[in-house]
Amino acid sequence: MELTEGQLAELTGAEIVSRCLAEEKVKFVFGYPGGAVLPIYDELGKQDKVKHILVRHEQAAVHAADAYSRCTNEVGVALVTSGPGVTNAISGIATAYMDSVPMVVITGQVPTHAIGQDAFQEVDTVGITRPCVKHNILVKNAADIAPSIKKAFYLASTGRPGPVVVDIPKDITIDKTNYFYPKTVELRSYNLVTKGHSGQIRKAVDLVLNARRPMIYTGGGIIWGNASDLLAQLVRSLGYPCTNTLMGLGGYPATDPLFLGMLGMHGTYEANMAMQNCDVLLAIGARFDDRVIGNPAHFAQEARKIIHIDVDPSSISKRVKVDIPVVGDVSEVLKELLAQIGEMKRKPDPVALKAWWSQISEWRSRDCLRYENSDQVIKPQSVVEGVYELTKNKETYVTSDVGQHQMWAAQFYKFDHPRRWINSGGLGTMGVGLPYAMGAQFAHPDATVVCITGEASIQMCIQELSTAKQYRLPLKIINLNNRYLGMVRQWQEFFHGNRYSESYMDALPDFVKLAESYGHIGMKIEKPSDVLPALEEGFARKDDLVFMDFLTDQKENVYPMIPGGKGLSEMILV
Amino acid sequence: MRHILSLLLENESGALSRVAGLFSARGYNIESLTVAPTEDPSLSRMTIVTSGSDDIIEQITKQLNKLIDVVKVVDLTEGNHIERELMLVKVRASGKDRDEMKRISDIFRGRILDVTDKTYTIELTGTGSKLDAFIEALDKTAILETVRTGASGIGRGDRILKL
Repeated sequence: MELTEGQLAELTGAEIVSRCLAEEKVKFVFGYPGGAVLPIYDELGKQDKVKHILVRHEQAAVHAADAYSRCTNEVGVALVTSGPGVTNAISGIATAYMDSVPMVVITGQVPTHAIGQDAFQEVDTVGITRPCVKHNILVKNAADIAPSIKKAFYLASTGRPGPVVVDIPKDITIDKTNYFYPKTVELRSYNLVTKGHSGQIRKAVDLVLNARRPMIYTGGGIIWGNASDLLAQLVRSLGYPCTNTLMGLGGYPATDPLFLGMLGMHGTYEANMAMQNCDVLLAIGARFDDRVIGNPAHFAQEARKIIHIDVDPSSISKRVKVDIPVVGDVSEVLKELLAQIGEMKRKPDPVALKAWWSQISEWRSRDCLRYENSDQVIKPQSVVEGVYELTKNKETYVTSDVGQHQMWAAQFYKFDHPRRWINSGGLGTMGVGLPYAMGAQFAHPDATVVCITGEASIQMCIQELSTAKQYRLPLKIINLNNRYLGMVRQWQEFFHGNRYSESYMDALPDFVKLAESYGHIGMKIEKPSDVLPALEEGFARKDDLVFMDFLTDQKENVYPMIPGGKGLSEMILV
Repeated sequence: MRHILSLLLENESGALSRVAGLFSARGYNIESLTVAPTEDPSLSRMTIVTSGSDDIIEQITKQLNKLIDVVKVVDLTEGNHIERELMLVKVRASGKDRDEMKRISDIFRGRILDVTDKTYTIELTGTGSKLDAFIEALDKTAILETVRTGASGIGRGDRILKL
C-alpha cells in the first residue's frame, strides 16, 4: 500500500524501519542478516528504494557505510544482527566515532522479553557501544521506532557528526503500530551552535591581520563542514601558509604553493617547523591530537597566539590552551571571518610576510620527502607517485589501510579536493582499506577508486574481495608488499634495537592466485622498471577489480618522523 | 580542587551509565554521585563531587554537556551554595557507652532512628566534613555499619538550576 505524506497506517516494526530508511533517502544499506533482523530483511527484500549490499563480515559493512558517508555528504547506514553481528561491527563503529563520521547503525536485538536472560546471540548493545558512539538508543516498542530512527539521523548528521546506534529487538519489528515519520526533532538537551561569536571573530581577525609569522592549520572539520572553498578563499586572500592534518587532506589543494603539506608525526619539515615557529596559529576544525602536535608541553614552549575554530567546545583547550576560541560551524564562522576581514580594508604586513615565506622556503629546501629511487628494488613511494600521475586528472578516490603505506599515500598523493582521501586517522584501524574502497565505489560508480594497502592490512578484511565480485566493483588495489608490518618494523628499528619481534609476515598467500580465486585480476610486480607499465595496464582494466601486488623494499622507512613524546621540531629526517 | 557539579538530565534508562562511563573512560575522579528524579518526572537531578585542576573541570563540564541526555550542567562551587549529605550509622550502644553515644549524637544533631538493647542507628545530615568529623569522634570499635548518600547540592539565593 502506498502512503501519502502524513497518512497513518498500521505497519509492522520491520516495515517501519524500511520506510524510515526510504524517508531519509538512504540509497544503500550495508549489512549482514541474522536471526534478530530477519523481519527487517524480509521487508527490505520487498522494496526497491533502498538497496542492500551484502558484505562478508559485519566489520566491513560498517566500514563501507563509513566510507560512503566520507565521500558523499550523506549519512552512511549499516544493518547487523544481534550479538556477534554487533561485536563484529564494533571496530567499524569505533573507527567512525574517532573520525566524526555521520552514520546510523541499526542493530537487531533479542526479543524484549528475552533481554537480560543471556539469550542466544544477546549482547548489551547499548552498553558495549556506549563509549564509541555519539548516541545510542534501545527501542522498546514499535511506536518508538520511527522517532528513534529520525532522531538517529538528526544526531548523526548535525553538530560534530558521529555514529548513532539504534538497537531494535526482534519482537517489536513484528508488532504493528501506527506509522508516522516525524518531520523534525526537538531535543531540549541538544542545542546546536552554528554561528560563531562575533566578538570572538573580531578578536581573531585582529590577531590574524597583525600576524608576522602566521600559520593556518586545518583538519577534518573543514571536510565535514564543507568549508574547503571558504578556506581556499581565506588562505589565498591573506597569502598565508596552510597545512592539513591527515584527516584534513584535500581540505586545501595540495598542489597550491601556499600548501606546506601534511603536518604531524610524518608531516613535512616545513609544515612542522612553521607550526612550531609561527606567532599566530589559526586552527580550524582540528584537535591538536598527539599524532599532530606531538608533546603538548614542547609545543607550548614557543610563544604563539592560537585561534581555534571548532564545532565541538570540548575540542577546544583540551590538549593545548588556546587564546581565542570560536565555537561554531566552520563554514558559518569562516564566512563571517572573511566578511570581517573584507571590512577591515587592512592587509597583513608585507615585509614580515615576505621574511616568513623566505624562512619557510629555506625549510622547504630540505626536501624532506626525498627518497633515493632504485633500479634493483621497488620503492613504495614511487608506486604512490605513479598512481598519482595516472589518476590525478580523473575523479579519483583513494582509500588506505593503516601503517607505512598510509603515510606514503598521504605524503605522495596530492589531494586537491575534499572527500577524496578516505582512511582511518583516529582509531588507526587496519583492514579498512578494502571495505572503504567498496563504500566509495558504491557512492561514485563511475569514478576511479584506489585502495593503497599493505600485505598485512589487506588480510584483515580480505574476505570482501567476494563482495567486490558480487557487485562488480572495479577497484584498483595497490598492495605495497614489504613482507613486514612495516610501521611496527620501523618502530622496532628506531626504538627497540632492531629486534623485529613478530613483525615479519610469514606464510603470505599468493595474492595473484588469491585475487583470481575470487574472480578478479591479479598482478605481481617485482621490478622497478615494471611499476609504471603495470599501473597503466591495471588502471586500463576499467571494469575489473585489479589486485596489484608490488614487492617493495623491505627496509624503507617513512620520513620525516617525530618519535612519540617528542615535539614538532624534533623530527628524524632522512 | 574539589568541585560539586549539578546536572539536569533526561530521566531515561542509560543516562546514569553514560555519565559514569564518561568519568571512567576519561580518567576523571568521582568522589560521590547522587541522582533522583525531580518534580518534573522526565528530568533527573544529579550531583557529582569530583576533583581536578581548572583545566580538567572545564573538560569534564564540556564533555558532560556533549552527552545527548544531559540537559544542563552547573559547577556549584563557582558560587555560593549549600551542600548536604545524609549518613546512617549503626553503632554499638551497650553498657556504659550507651549514654555517651547518645550524647555525641546530640552534639552533632543526629537523630536516633532505631534502637535495640545493644545498638543505635543514628541519622546525621550535614556537609561531608561534618559527617567525617562525627565518624572521627566515635570510638572506631563501636561502629557497626555506615551508609552515606554522597553530597547533594543547590545554589544559594537566586542561583537556580532549572530548564
